[in-house]
Amino acid sequence: MISLAAIDWGSIIELSLTQAFGVQAAFYAIAAIGLNVHFGYAGLLNFGQVGFVAMGAYGMGLTVTYWQQDSVLLAVIVGVLFSVAFALILGLPTLRLRADYLAIVTIAAAEIVRFLARSTALRGITRGAEGLNEWIGPFRALSPFDASTQYGFGPLVYRGNNLFALVIGWGVALLAVLLVWTLMRSPWGRVVKAIREDEDAATALGKNAYWYKMQALILGGVIGGFAGMVNAIDNATVQPDFFVAPLTFFFWLVLILGGVGRVWSPIIGAMIFWGLITFVQTLGIELVREGFIPTSVMDSTQINQIRFWIVGSALALLMIFRPQGIFGSREEMALDAR
Amino acid sequence: MRNKRGIATSVLVLAALATFLPMATAQESSGESVATTIRIEDDAGERIGAEGVLITVLDAEGNELGSAATDAEGEFFFEVPGPGEYSLLLDETTLPPGWILRNPDRNPAVITLNAGQDGRTIFATTRGDGTGTGTPLVQPDSGVTFRQVAQLTVEGLKLGVFIAMMAIGISLIFGTTGLVNFAHGEMVGWGMLIAYLFNFYGLAGVFGWLEGLPAPLGSGMNLAIAALFAIIGGAAMGWAFDRFIFGPLRRRGAGLIAQMVVTIGLSLVLRYAFLFAFGGNPRFFRDYTAQRALQLGVIEITPKDLITGLLSVLILVGVGLFLMGTRMGKAMRAVADNRDLAESSGIDVQRVIRFIWTLGGALAALGGVFMGLSEQVSWNIGFRTLLLVFAGVILGGLGTAFGALVGSLLVGIGIQVSTIVVPTELKNVGALVLLITILIFRPQGILGRKERIG
Amino acid sequence: MPGETTTMDPLAGVEHDPGVAKPDPILTVHDMVRSFGGLVAVNVAHLEIQRGIITGLIGPNGAGKTTFFNLLTGFDAPNRGHAEFNRKSIDKGSPHRLARGGLVRTFQLTKSLTKLSVMENMKLGAQSQAGEKFYRAVLPFTWRSQERAIEERALDLLHRFKLDHMADEYAGTLSGGQRKLLEMARALMCEPELIMLDEPMAGVNPALTQDLLRHVKDLRDQGISVVFVEHDMDVVRDISDWVVVMAEGAVIAEGPHSAITGNQAVIDAYLGSHHDAPLSIEEEEQRIAEDEAAAAAEQSKGGRR
Repeated sequence: MISLAAIDWGSIIELSLTQAFGVQAAFYAIAAIGLNVHFGYAGLLNFGQVGFVAMGAYGMGLTVTYWQQDSVLLAVIVGVLFSVAFALILGLPTLRLRADYLAIVTIAAAEIVRFLARSTALRGITRGAEGLNEWIGPFRALSPFDASTQYGFGPLVYRGNNLFALVIGWGVALLAVLLVWTLMRSPWGRVVKAIREDEDAATALGKNAYWYKMQALILGGVIGGFAGMVNAIDNATVQPDFFVAPLTFFFWLVLILGGVGRVWSPIIGAMIFWGLITFVQTLGIELVREGFIPTSVMDSTQINQIRFWIVGSALALLMIFRPQGIFGSREEMALDAR
Repeated sequence: MRNKRGIATSVLVLAALATFLPMATAQESSGESVATTIRIEDDAGERIGAEGVLITVLDAEGNELGSAATDAEGEFFFEVPGPGEYSLLLDETTLPPGWILRNPDRNPAVITLNAGQDGRTIFATTRGDGTGTGTPLVQPDSGVTFRQVAQLTVEGLKLGVFIAMMAIGISLIFGTTGLVNFAHGEMVGWGMLIAYLFNFYGLAGVFGWLEGLPAPLGSGMNLAIAALFAIIGGAAMGWAFDRFIFGPLRRRGAGLIAQMVVTIGLSLVLRYAFLFAFGGNPRFFRDYTAQRALQLGVIEITPKDLITGLLSVLILVGVGLFLMGTRMGKAMRAVADNRDLAESSGIDVQRVIRFIWTLGGALAALGGVFMGLSEQVSWNIGFRTLLLVFAGVILGGLGTAFGALVGSLLVGIGIQVSTIVVPTELKNVGALVLLITILIFRPQGILGRKERIG
Repeated sequence: MPGETTTMDPLAGVEHDPGVAKPDPILTVHDMVRSFGGLVAVNVAHLEIQRGIITGLIGPNGAGKTTFFNLLTGFDAPNRGHAEFNRKSIDKGSPHRLARGGLVRTFQLTKSLTKLSVMENMKLGAQSQAGEKFYRAVLPFTWRSQERAIEERALDLLHRFKLDHMADEYAGTLSGGQRKLLEMARALMCEPELIMLDEPMAGVNPALTQDLLRHVKDLRDQGISVVFVEHDMDVVRDISDWVVVMAEGAVIAEGPHSAITGNQAVIDAYLGSHHDAPLSIEEEEQRIAEDEAAAAAEQSKGGRR
């Protein structure tokens, strides 16, 4: 006889909480902060944020692997430069055009990055599908935590290296929020928001809309690049197939959950999102193991696909019913419709 | 609100529908490299290696890991990222002329690797009777031949007409509603999978108790008939998209960007429902899988490619005539040209838009069947093709049906002919780079009008 | 009437011929052509706009007024032609550069930035705010004092336009007429030398029209040159010092209002029927319908939120 009591609810919830505050949540938060700059403030429709994430990660990983084996700072700078270059390549042809062109080009360009990174033609550089795996050393050397120790914070427990990545991740996330907050209260932010509302109006008032959009694209892209670096440090690897197109829409969901165009929304959205995904997946695996879900219906590998259904349907339903996100105000959204 | 509930229900129903497809099994395991040897006999009957046979390695989810050609010994070797299940897909058109696979059903071959293991599989070959003429397509150390270019152009045309079948729908939907439909690729995958279902199982693939009844209920049927079901299914999906989701959204005055994000959400749900139902490994239809190529002048083409290519051309011409000559076709163009003017001159715009969604769904589904026949049946064909369709549509000019056609043909030809200089695995990258380049120099596309883009 | 407000008419001795030279032109256009496909929308041989006065640009529907407006303000590029602003070529001028140089425009369909406050809308008009540079933006102390000065100026203007009580509201909450006022006030924040108003009275209720007219006259009295597109002949008569008439893309007549009303070419252009009166009700209605269709088309094709 099987019963729900067999499910270890305590440890599922504990794991979900650990993940909600973990480095992966920080990764989603940072990438979504970049997207918030793009879409939330500048109105740029970036459907290829994962491309920026990949550029940051590869820029950093390649530098340590091939060039400067001990300079962490230089690796980060190269990661940033990669993201900037990617923004320029995307922005130059599309920022003069309608918003949907940028959407199409970004989603295509992100796939190009992944294809190239895993291609046999560039295998000598990017190591193909296996990716870059031998560069974490200098980063780990900076860690103040002991790799083999478990550090506990109440119910949350993290291993040393994991905690190191976590501190970096949330540190970067907070800095990014602070930066965006400062910028969006400045005259620069005012211009960017004006361009989101009506590009012609801003242009007629003497603002170079193209250049501001480019700056916003670069800023959000570099923040996305940092997300890639954080993730790479956490996983000690840079593999092309991590950067699949649907990942971008995970970031979108994170952003929309918290409320587009709100400074803190990516942080809150990421914690809810990643905690929830972890909860559903671990619960799913438990249910399969305990026999609530027969393997003829779904096995434990297929549990991994659930997240795509959650993300897809949540995106569609939120966009239809609560475009302002969980915390946003309906009134502000309604201004558009007038 | 009745409307809201309707949209929510339809999102869920569509997702559920998509999962009603034959179940697949996904396995797990581990390893380091995969290998195989392709052997043929020379004229003296001596076993020799077949050089230049192209093999693609895919992971358990059907992602291409890469491809390589066999060496002079007929050896193929490929390092894989780690333990797991891999499939080796042999490109039969690259076998030496006169040779075919003895067992085309074993292509792709699946290898399961444990940690540290090297996996090996066998592709048995046999002499295809008769046409042992002709020379290998790509001869080592020879320059680019006319024959090669001609062959690739024909293959490109074929790919181009397939892309065009999907591009016309996307382009017309954009032209009439301003919406870029990112879920269009899933209509392609949907058609492909419905055809697969009816090809192999009939409805019994979904409802097991039907087994034993005559086709189409209890057993599979010829692909040509299964394709009709795919067209109906595609049309139904297109219709349902507009009837239950985008029509109501338009009526509520939802913004285009919101609608676009909804198409993204739909596309994710459907695509992963396909993966759930169909599994990650690419497969083949039951009929017309292994065919010997016909020699037409300097070109080799399999009968199935010839027929599907010609059928596509016929259908595209038909759509063109329909757009030019019929009342509905003219109404469609009028709505695309100026929606408000069309509305005020008495055209039922909502009806026209629904018709376009239905037509677009049907064309995309049939395109999916043709793609599956020409390449393979796989769960994520939709997204992979979508990017090529975008390239075609933008090249031709977003929002014009004829632009989409021309752009798609050019993209198809461009992709295939580019393989002369570009590694095959990167040929689609070329199309995407082309997409970005065209936006720099002629953003309105070849046939587009400048006014549309600003 | 011009004579009532300006005692010294700078254009007193100027001939009433299309393309005539003026004593102190702020804007000069020469041989400007813009065609869409086969349709020639604008074909202006020569036109000078006098500094310091209100110039009305009128013409029947499809005369190319708005296209001409877009060409002059850099929002559209001519197929050929030459234009000078303050005797400097603006042929390669992008719209934001022209605005910075003192040539500022408004739009027929008001473009209030709905999700910014009225005050933020105003501050946006200010030029050379250092904090609009990315690297300065992160250092608030480098732009804060300038921001305060801009805010004061904005409050002043808002007061003049009776919008000061709305300063902290979202611009999206304003009425149609208030949006027109905001757009004009915002344009003034740019401190323009020449302000180009695209149908400033369109869609404004009659009570507000007088208010708006007064503001336009105020502009001239402050030394700002004004060009406006208008189809309401009453408005044109009331405030323009000089009227330029376009038909089928070309300038067919110019002169003070009194000279225009009797001009045969103008009468022909308006089909000989409405030379001295507002357009007929039918035409007026048709025009409104077309404007609405254009507005709707812009919204549905906008691609932006």
